Amino acid sequence: MSVRALFLCLCLAASAHAQGFAGLGMPAKGFASPRPGVELNFPDDHGAHREYRIEWWYLTANLEDSQGRPLGAQWTLFRTALAPGEGGGWSDPQLYMGHAALTSSTDHVFAERLGRGGTGQAGVWVSPFHAFIDDWSMKSLATSDADPLSHLELFAAGSDFSYRLTARAGRPLILHGDRGYSLKSASGQASYYYSQPFYEVTGEIELKGQRTRVSGQAWLDREWSSQPLAADQTGWDWFSLHFDNGEKLMGFSVRDSAKGFSSGTWISRDGRGIPLSRNSLKAFPLAYTRVEGRRIPTRWRIVLEERGVDVTLRAINPNAFMKTSAPYWEGPVTFSGTHSGRGYLEMTGYE
Amino acid sequence: MLTVALKALLSHWVRSPFQLAMMLIGLSAATALWSGVQAVNSEARASYDSAASRVSGERFARVEAPEAPDFDEEIFIRLRRAGWLVSPVLEGRTVLQGEAVRVLGVDPLTLPSGAVSVDPAASGRLGLFLSRPGLILASPDIAEKLSGAIPQAIETAEDLPEGTVVTDIGLAQTLLDRSGRVSRLIVGSQQRSGLEPLQVLAPELALRQPEAENDLARLTDSFHLNLTAFGFLAFVVGLFIVYSAVGLAFEQRRPTFRTLRALGVSTSSLSGLLMFELGLFALVGGAFGVVLGYGVAGLLLPGVSATLEGLYGAEGPQSLTLRPSWWISGMALSALGVAAASAQGVWTLWRMPVLASAKPREWARASRLVRLWQAGFACVFCISAMILLQVGHGLLAGFAVMGALLLGAALALPLALSAALEGLRRLARTPLTEWFFADTLLQAPRLSFALMALLMALSANVGVGVMVSSFRLTFNAWLDQRFVADVYVSARSSEEGDRLFAFAAPRVQEALPIWGADARLGDLPGEIFGVAVSASYREHWPLLEAVPDAWDRVETAGEILINEQLARRGDISPGDTFVLGPGWSARVAGVYSDYGNPEGQALVEISEFRRRFPDAPRLRYAFRARDGEADAFMSSLVSEFGLPKEAVIDQAQIKAVSRRIFEQTFAVTAALNALTLSVAGLALFASLMTLSSMRVSQLAPVWSMGARLPVLGALELLRTAALALLVTLAAIPTGLGLAHVLLSVVNVEAFGWRLPMHVFPWDWLQLGILSLIVALLSTLIPAQRLAFMSPSVLLKVFTSER
Repeated sequence: MSVRALFLCLCLAASAHAQGFAGLGMPAKGFASPRPGVELNFPDDHGAHREYRIEWWYLTANLEDSQGRPLGAQWTLFRTALAPGEGGGWSDPQLYMGHAALTSSTDHVFAERLGRGGTGQAGVWVSPFHAFIDDWSMKSLATSDADPLSHLELFAAGSDFSYRLTARAGRPLILHGDRGYSLKSASGQASYYYSQPFYEVTGEIELKGQRTRVSGQAWLDREWSSQPLAADQTGWDWFSLHFDNGEKLMGFSVRDSAKGFSSGTWISRDGRGIPLSRNSLKAFPLAYTRVEGRRIPTRWRIVLEERGVDVTLRAINPNAFMKTSAPYWEGPVTFSGTHSGRGYLEMTGYE
Repeated sequence: MLTVALKALLSHWVRSPFQLAMMLIGLSAATALWSGVQAVNSEARASYDSAASRVSGERFARVEAPEAPDFDEEIFIRLRRAGWLVSPVLEGRTVLQGEAVRVLGVDPLTLPSGAVSVDPAASGRLGLFLSRPGLILASPDIAEKLSGAIPQAIETAEDLPEGTVVTDIGLAQTLLDRSGRVSRLIVGSQQRSGLEPLQVLAPELALRQPEAENDLARLTDSFHLNLTAFGFLAFVVGLFIVYSAVGLAFEQRRPTFRTLRALGVSTSSLSGLLMFELGLFALVGGAFGVVLGYGVAGLLLPGVSATLEGLYGAEGPQSLTLRPSWWISGMALSALGVAAASAQGVWTLWRMPVLASAKPREWARASRLVRLWQAGFACVFCISAMILLQVGHGLLAGFAVMGALLLGAALALPLALSAALEGLRRLARTPLTEWFFADTLLQAPRLSFALMALLMALSANVGVGVMVSSFRLTFNAWLDQRFVADVYVSARSSEEGDRLFAFAAPRVQEALPIWGADARLGDLPGEIFGVAVSASYREHWPLLEAVPDAWDRVETAGEILINEQLARRGDISPGDTFVLGPGWSARVAGVYSDYGNPEGQALVEISEFRRRFPDAPRLRYAFRARDGEADAFMSSLVSEFGLPKEAVIDQAQIKAVSRRIFEQTFAVTAALNALTLSVAGLALFASLMTLSSMRVSQLAPVWSMGARLPVLGALELLRTAALALLVTLAAIPTGLGLAHVLLSVVNVEAFGWRLPMHVFPWDWLQLGILSLIVALLSTLIPAQRLAFMSPSVLLKVFTSER
C-alpha cells in the first residue's frame, strides 16, 4: 500500500524540505523496486531494507481502561533514505522519524522524533528485534523459536504522555497482495507489505499525569518501497478493522482525479489473508469535523458486498489530528451495522 | 515663467554663498550626528543578533565538559536514548582556502527551532545539508572565497557573523579534524518528566542554564538610549543652524517674493517653488549628512565596541556596512529638519498680501509677546520635568526629564539674558558702554537660537562631566577597597586549584578562594560566590548598607551579602530574606557596591557554597602576601609551582584593567559631547556671520559719531564673549540638574547603581574658557571684517537708507 509511501515522502519532504524528495513523480534513482514473485524471508525482512527508499514499522492499538473507556495508541517508526545503502556515522543516508500518539474520547496527544541511523540514535536491529528512535522502542520479547514480532514491548513518550505496552500475537503474519507483493495502482506501483493484526495488548499509559492500566488489540503494518504515487492522487483513507467475531479487514481507497483506487485484505478468523478484488471496497464519508482548519470526514460508511459488510465508522475522538511536520488524521474508531467492532482510521490530504 | 521665477529665487543663494554653506552645513551636521549614532546603534544590535551566543544556541540550556573543549559524541547518543532532547554542536576554528573560519557544526534533525540564527532545514536544502559532500552555509565574506573552491555546495547566509560557517556536524568534524567529538549539547526547552538526571547519565558534563532571552538587549538598551539621546540633542542643535539660515533667507528675499507676486506668480506656485528649493536642500544636505554620519559612526564604533565588550561582555560590532535604511532615514530626517525649520517662513509667505511692504522686518523680531510665550513654555517644561522626576519610572522617564529640563532652560534663556543685560546696561557709565549693552540687548534675541544651542551643549557637557567625575572618584576609591589582595591567580583545573591552595596557604598571610557558580537570582542570570570570611573582607569589602556584625552572620549564621544591582532590582534591604534557589533562601546581611558588573551577585560562606555547588570549579584564588613578600610569592607561583605567567595577576594590573574599562565606558559619551559642542559653535558662527552683514546699518551711525572701526570690532568680540559667559553661567545650574538626573535616575536604571554627586568647579572654569574660545572663534571673522571695513561701505548706509 504505497499510499503510505506517498505519505512518508510528503512527511519528510515537508519536515525536511529535502531536495531528494522534491521530485515525487520521478522514478526512484538508484533505489531498488519491488518485484512480484519474491519470497519474503523472516526474520530478516523485519529489519530495514536500506536499498529501498521508504519503510515503516507502524503499530496502532485499540485499548480500553479498567472502566471500559476506549483509547487509541500509535507507535510509528518511518525510515527514509537520502541514498540507497549505508554510510558510517553522521554521513549515513538513512534517516528515521518517529511518531507516537495517545487518543481518548477527550484528549489527543502526540510527539515526533527525528534522527540519523548511522549514529545509533535510531535504527532497527533484526536479532534480537529492536526498532528504536531515542528512548522510544519496539522490542521483541519472543523466544528464539517464535517469530520475533509475535511478542513485543513498546514504549514512547512525549512531554505530556507516555505508554508502555506489551503485545502478544498467537497467529502468523498476514502477507498482503501476492505473497506480500502488494500492487497499488492501475499504473503498476507496488510495495512489499505484511501485517501482524492479531495482537492482544496489556500495559500502562500516562496521560496528563494520570497513570492507567489498559488492555486491548493492536495491528502492526510493515511496508517498504521506493516508488511514489501518481501526481493526480490527492490523498487516501485507510482502515484497519477488528470485527467482534474475530475477522479483520484492511482496506484503503486512494482519492484521485478519476474514480479512485481501492483495495484491501480480508483476514479470516483462522488467520488467512484473502486479497479483495480491485475496487470492491467502497467508502463513503457521512459527516465532517472541522479540525485544525481542515474539513475532515470522521464518520464513514464502509461497504464490501462480497463479504456482506455494510458498517458505519465513528471516530472515538474526531480531533485525533497529528500536527506533525506533515499533518494527517490518525485515530481509533468504532463501527456498527452488519458487523460491529473497532479499528483505526488514517486520512491524509484533506485541506 | 516658473523657470524664471525659480532662477530668481535661487539667485539669492548665488549672491550669498555663505548663507547657503551654513544652511547645508547645519543640515548635514544635524543629519550626520543623528544618523551616525543610529548607525552605531543598529550595527551594535545587528551584531548581538548574530553574535556567537545566538548562532550557537546559548539561549538554550546546554551541557558542556567543564574543563575540556569537547567530548565524545557517544554521550549525545546516550542522552538521546535516555529520552533527553539534546542536540550536538561542534564549534572550532580552521583554515579553508586560506581563510580563517569559525565552523559551527549542527544536527538539523535534533536541533530545537530557533537555536541557531540560520535554519539548516530551510526550503529545499536539508537533503543537501545531510548528504555528502554536503552543504556549507557561510557568511557573505567567506561564501565568496569558498564558492567553487571546495567540493561542498556553498550558500550565503546574511545572518551569520563574519568569518563563520554553519554545516552538518559530521562535515564539521571532518573539516575540524575532530572526528567523533562535540563541543556541547543544546538542551531543548521541553523535556518530559521522569528522566534520569543528567548528572547520573553524564557525570563528566555540566549543565549550564541559558542566558535570559534578551539579556544582552536589556543590558545594553540603556547604553543605546544614552547614545540616542545625545544624537538627538546634536540633531536639535544642528536644526537651530538651519532654522536661522532659512529664516534669514526668507526675510532677505521678501522683496523678491513681492516682485514675483506682482509679476503674476501665484501664491501657490511661489510656495511650490520654495518647497521645491527646500526639498533640493534637504536632498543635498541629507546626502552629505549620511556620508558624514558614516564617518561619525566609523569614528565612534571602536569606542562603542570597546565599551560593550568591557562593560557587558557583548561582542560589539567591528565594522560598518552602509545600509540602504540609513540613506532613507537620513534623507527623511533631513527633510523633516528642513520642514520644521522653514514651516514658519512658508506659512508667512502664504499669507503675505501682494503689496506688503518689502522692507525686511527685523529678523526673528523679539517682541515682548514672543518672549512671554517662550517663558511660558519654559515654565511648562520645567514643571513637567519636576513632575516626571517625582512620578516617572524607568530609563525613558529619566531621559524625558533631561529633555524637558534642557528645553525649559533653553527657552528661558532669552528672558534671563535680557534681564541680565538690562541690569548691566543700568550700570553703564559712558555712552559707548551704554550703547554696547543696549546693542547687545538688541542683538541677543537675534542670536537667541544659536545661544540656546550653545546652552544645551554646554549644559550637557556640565552634566556628563559631573557624572563621569563623580563616577571616577567613587570607582577609584571602590577599586582600592575591593582589591586588597596582592595576587590573583587562576588555576587550570579544580585539581590544580586544590594543589595551589595547599602550596600557597603556608606562604601567605591570607589565601582567599574566589569560587563562583552561575545561578538565577531574582529570575535573572547572576552569580553566587563563596568567600572565606577573613580580615581582608571584614576590613575592606565595600558594604553600602549592613546589619550589625554582618560578616559574623555570613560566617556563622548562613546569611548572605548581595550586590547593589540585585538589591535595587528586587528592592531588598539588609534583614530581608532572599531566595537563592529552589529550597534555599537566606537572610541578607548586607549590600555591597559592585560597579562595572551588569549582573546580580550574592556572596555566601565558602563551606555553604561547597555544599550547594559541589561541582563548581575551584579555580580562582586571591592571596594576601606577607609584608614585602608579594613579588617573591608571585615568582614562586611561576617558578616553583609552575603556573603560566598569565595566570598570575597582581593587584596593580587588575586595577589598571578595571580603570581602562571604566574610561572606555564614557569615552563615547565624551566624544559625542565634544561633537555637540562643535555643532553649537558652528551655530553661533553661522548666526554671527549672517548678522554681521545686516549690522552695518546699525554700526554706521556709531561709527559716524566717532567710534573707530577697530574699537567696534573689538566690541563685537567682547559682546560675543560676554554672551558666551552669561550662557555658561546659565549652563552650570542646568548641567547640575542634568547630572542629578543622570546619577540618581538614569544610572540606577541603566546599571543598577547610584552614585554620590561630586562637584568639580575647576571643570566649569575650563568649560567657561572653552565656550569663550568657541564664541571668540566664531566671532573672529565677522569682527575682523568689521574692523577692516571700508568707510565707503558704511557711508553707503546713509545714501541708500530707505
